[in-house]
Amino acid sequence: MATDTRRLIRVEALTRRYGSRTILDRLDLEIEPGEFVALLGQSGSGKSTLLRALAGLDGDVAGDGLVDVPAQVSVVFQDARLLPWQRVLDNVVLGLDGAAARGRESLAEVGLAGRERAWPNELSGGEQQRVALARSLVREPRLLLADEPFGALDALTRVRMHALLRRLVEQHRPAVLLVTHDVDEAIALADRVVVLDHGRIAAEQRLDGGRHTTEIRAELLRALGVTGEERT
Amino acid sequence: MTLVATRPEAAVHRPKRLRPGPRIRLGFLVGPSLLLALWSVTSATGLLDPRFLSAPWTVVTTAAELIESGRLQDNLLASVWRVLLGLAFGIPLGTLLALVSGLSRWGEAVIDGPVQIKRAVPALALMPLLILWLGIGEGMKVTVIALGVFVPIYVHTHNGLRSIDSRYVELAETVGLGRGAFIRKVVLPGALPGFLLGMRFAVTTAWLYLVVAELINSTTGIGYMMDLARTYGQTDVILVGIVLYGLLGLFSDAGVRLVERRALSWRRTLAG
Repeated sequence: MATDTRRLIRVEALTRRYGSRTILDRLDLEIEPGEFVALLGQSGSGKSTLLRALAGLDGDVAGDGLVDVPAQVSVVFQDARLLPWQRVLDNVVLGLDGAAARGRESLAEVGLAGRERAWPNELSGGEQQRVALARSLVREPRLLLADEPFGALDALTRVRMHALLRRLVEQHRPAVLLVTHDVDEAIALADRVVVLDHGRIAAEQRLDGGRHTTEIRAELLRALGVTGEERT
Repeated sequence: MTLVATRPEAAVHRPKRLRPGPRIRLGFLVGPSLLLALWSVTSATGLLDPRFLSAPWTVVTTAAELIESGRLQDNLLASVWRVLLGLAFGIPLGTLLALVSGLSRWGEAVIDGPVQIKRAVPALALMPLLILWLGIGEGMKVTVIALGVFVPIYVHTHNGLRSIDSRYVELAETVGLGRGAFIRKVVLPGALPGFLLGMRFAVTTAWLYLVVAELINSTTGIGYMMDLARTYGQTDVILVGIVLYGLLGLFSDAGVRLVERRALSWRRTLAG
């Protein structure tokens, strides 16, 4: 449905509590279809809680508020989270019937054509995360949620994964919410960067090429509470 | 000449090998062979009194005589059949109970307690009751074996099921797996290592309970053959029975391990 895909992704007055601790505090956020939003924040700022709320993975967490997301949501976790007892292709099409051909295409897209029959254990960390990307994208999501997907990879692999993710997102055009603690990763990938602090949005920056990235970077770091001497 | 070749051997730092090393062909036979050698040597030198324990070759000739008369085959067949039937009932029972108990809190509340109680009660203590209920026929013997077999299957499958990483359950939720697909793709393969460990215990347990069942009241089977030999003081026939039980247990275990290696080829572990 064309109308459905054009719909905003909305979070309104979202509150999430663990015991007496309020993790998300009446948070509002809108993401446009096809928009790439990076979510920055220190540990404990509520980034992952927000992502889990959007993914519908927080059924047992107390709180209220409105979450309006499309039906097709895919999640990429920090660990590739491949089932070790399923071959690579079976992992990609997990839960989809008769999607082997699409799964193969998807694997080719992430540069893993020919590894369909491999066990996840036989792949490197970067390759495993590429399989996880293929598993997400084969479902043609309208919203892609990624929880520090490159956090466990080495710097070189991470740079390659950035380029791959950018290319895939351009092709498939899902809205993306990328949780990260890496300011440079956020700047490199996103259309908009949102800084979360104590369960609220503390700062927001659009990256439409109008301003110099060093300036934006400095502002984001300030919003994250990094002082002048600490900055490099 | 390359740089590496000129380096003195002692200077090359070799990390200590912590893995057990490459697989030994037919390695599982090494220990039993050593035992057999010891038995042969002590018998040949007269260190071992034949009235106390017959020599290996006496056991072999006795086995040959038993085969010639057909007694061994008949009794072996009766025993193997009982074990197979016991396994055929016990394995599905244990697996099913483990699944129900592992996948639902109510199932666990209802099933787990009684199984743990059954586990704590010695098999011999249940025999009088089973004899009263089922008589002394084949039904009783198969029941004894099945009741013995289902416990390790249940315990290890249940444990394997419960130790499936919750992250995989979360993944199943995000990709929208249904209940059936969840059981097929995540639960069963995830619990398979536990189930197969349970199988290893189950096959050896089956032979154990077979002895219990056959020694008590029987007119066929290896246990009966041995019990009869006891009344005539034939240690060689008793030994044939013991060796047979040992071999059957050993080969059933090896069979399960073979299946284990095939079925769990996705695992990269110490066993390699």
